[in-house]
Amino acid sequence: MAAALDLTHYAKSERDGTLALDLAVEGITCGACIGRIEGAVKLLPGVIEARLNYTNRRLHVAWSEGALAPARILDALAEHGYRGHPFVPLRAEQEEAAEARKLTRCMAVAGFAAMNVMLLSVSVWSGNVTDITPETRDFFHWASALIALPAAAYAGRPFFTSAWRALRTRALNMDVPISLGVILALGMSLVETVHHAQHAYFDSAIMLLFFLLVGRTLDHAMRRKTRAVAGNLAALRAETANRFSGEEIVSVPVAVVKPGDRLLIRPGERVPADGTVQSGRSEIDESLITGETLLRAIAPGATVYAGSLNASGTLTLAVTAAGGSSVLDEIEKLLDKAVSAKSKVMRLADRATRIYAPVVHGSALLTVIGWLIAGASLHDAMVTAIAVLIITCPCALALAIPAVQVVASGALFRGNVILASGDALERLAEADTIIFDKTGTLTLPEPHVANAADIEPALLQTAARLALSSRHPLALALAREAAQRVPFADVVEEAGRGVRATIETAEARLGSAEFCGVTASEDQAGSQIYFSHAGRAATICIGQKLRSDAREVVDALRALGLDLHILSGDRVQAVRPVAGALGIRQWAGSLTPTEKIAIVETLERQGRRVLMVGDGLNDAPSLAAAHVSLSPISAADVTQAQADAVFLGDRLSPVLTAVTTARRARSLMRQNLWLAAIYNFIAVPFAVAGFVTPLIAALAMSGSSLMVTVNALRART
Amino acid sequence: MNVLVYLVPLALALGLVGLFAFLWALRRGQYSDLEGAAHRILSDDDV
Repeated sequence: MAAALDLTHYAKSERDGTLALDLAVEGITCGACIGRIEGAVKLLPGVIEARLNYTNRRLHVAWSEGALAPARILDALAEHGYRGHPFVPLRAEQEEAAEARKLTRCMAVAGFAAMNVMLLSVSVWSGNVTDITPETRDFFHWASALIALPAAAYAGRPFFTSAWRALRTRALNMDVPISLGVILALGMSLVETVHHAQHAYFDSAIMLLFFLLVGRTLDHAMRRKTRAVAGNLAALRAETANRFSGEEIVSVPVAVVKPGDRLLIRPGERVPADGTVQSGRSEIDESLITGETLLRAIAPGATVYAGSLNASGTLTLAVTAAGGSSVLDEIEKLLDKAVSAKSKVMRLADRATRIYAPVVHGSALLTVIGWLIAGASLHDAMVTAIAVLIITCPCALALAIPAVQVVASGALFRGNVILASGDALERLAEADTIIFDKTGTLTLPEPHVANAADIEPALLQTAARLALSSRHPLALALAREAAQRVPFADVVEEAGRGVRATIETAEARLGSAEFCGVTASEDQAGSQIYFSHAGRAATICIGQKLRSDAREVVDALRALGLDLHILSGDRVQAVRPVAGALGIRQWAGSLTPTEKIAIVETLERQGRRVLMVGDGLNDAPSLAAAHVSLSPISAADVTQAQADAVFLGDRLSPVLTAVTTARRARSLMRQNLWLAAIYNFIAVPFAVAGFVTPLIAALAMSGSSLMVTVNALRART
Repeated sequence: MNVLVYLVPLALALGLVGLFAFLWALRRGQYSDLEGAAHRILSDDDV
């Protein structure tokens, strides 16, 4: 029985002597769960508040200090069939939450101002063609100024600060023309209002801000949603360690394990931190670290790495490196190099701005010069030039890409792909070569029985039921085949050898060849476990099983024109059958992380855009070096941190979804940029000629924004 | 047209009330769990 989990590390003190804890809750299926969970937790003595956030599946509990052992909250949840996982909000997530609130406030202010200014503007426009008096018009213009100026100063901050930051580093981003357009439009309108002019552009400026803020807020909300899911998954995966405190064993979160701690690792548990074995003998499965699927025997004095799976014996471990630092030195060094060497990819939006800004600002300048030469007053020439800036103000251009990103990342989210970085979509679309890792990527993360077809079904079922009584990884793999999940009675486990039980009057043995009295197999493709019962014997090969749809996904990817490779750290004998089954001709086995990264870099130098799909610690550097990377949710933490996107589930199809959705998204982004360009191409001559009134500007701006947004919705396949 | 002198500010004031109500609701976390709210209203454990 596991020791009670020590939750004090997670509980945080709030004001007036209460403690609070956030839990990611697993098992919520419907709205009724809200009442059930909150009700169960509120019944606990001392609980002051229990509030479940149904959207992100998190429970916030507060209780008065000392009145409740926090572990009882988990027990209360477990009684009702839910599992709570203590959860520490990541700094990035908190910052994003603050940013999202700021954006929403800006959007609300801009929305309020846009509506009211538009109300006044429509009155002026209709009055201009009927019988508005100049005094009334001035009054309306001043009222508009009163609303628009403070609102723009408040709601425009995200754009102004970003533009300023870009200018200070002598760069150009989309926010520079936006800020310039807004400020000039407001400034000119104010001057025009002072001079009792007929036209003012307050509405255009504030409406532009509102549209853009809606786009940004949605973009942000989508990213927060995916991040919340990723955060919950991290909490679900967060493992505990059994730490010796004196002679007693306490279960503590891995995050609080420090170098020097002594840990107990039972068979079937993952090693939570790097360390040296003090006592005990066992075999460990290091497939998550090296890709190698054969077990390694270890004895006191041996070094084990976090993430390896303890197979047969109980170990006492002295921790040498804990938490995030528990990476092989070599991998860490490679990782640093790969990250710094990664060329800064120019995003589509930046490229568009580079072309757009000089053209627009150039044409505005030419407009002033042209009108001055044609004999117009400086005032008239300036007004026309600013009208050019307003009409070309990159509303459609600035929405063209984020709108597609929102829709496409929503589609990916439904297809079980969680995007980690915003520009990953564009890079995914550019990939022309895919490198797969084998273990845990093309194959399922857990081993399965490889030769089930060769064994008599009844015998296999008996063996599988017997395997239910052992925690050895090979037995666990075999136990997955058991149709009837009831263990046999009176099973005896002999440490390091196997399990035996009397079934239907005959003794059955499951374990090593010697233990079962059979001859060991010479086959090297996987690990073997032996079974004997009533004179019959079977050799059960435990190996990696391909993800169920691997074949179809690989064929579909090839049909898309992608060049496929397999690079594995596992033995050549283990890689060959997988490559053969999938029909992938370019493959290599027994690769070190350095060799993997070298191959990725060679391909990149040849001008290939590599999509790396991998899960092992040995893949982390190549994931970082590749143009874009994907990793399954079962991947090692360090590896997942490097990946641009993470996919969920037992199937490989999310890889295909990611590529096709990204390609579709990129083509829509391009279309949108062209739409925006064509719109400008038509509108600018009118503006240069001086025909643009505020009414036309408003119509053109909303029309073009609507056009790109509707087009972006097509990314929702 | 003198009626506009107080009707326009009045309209603006009403709009501002709406804006502040929204900002207040936002600060109070009314928008932090949009899906949950839809389910909570259906459970009648307070009755």
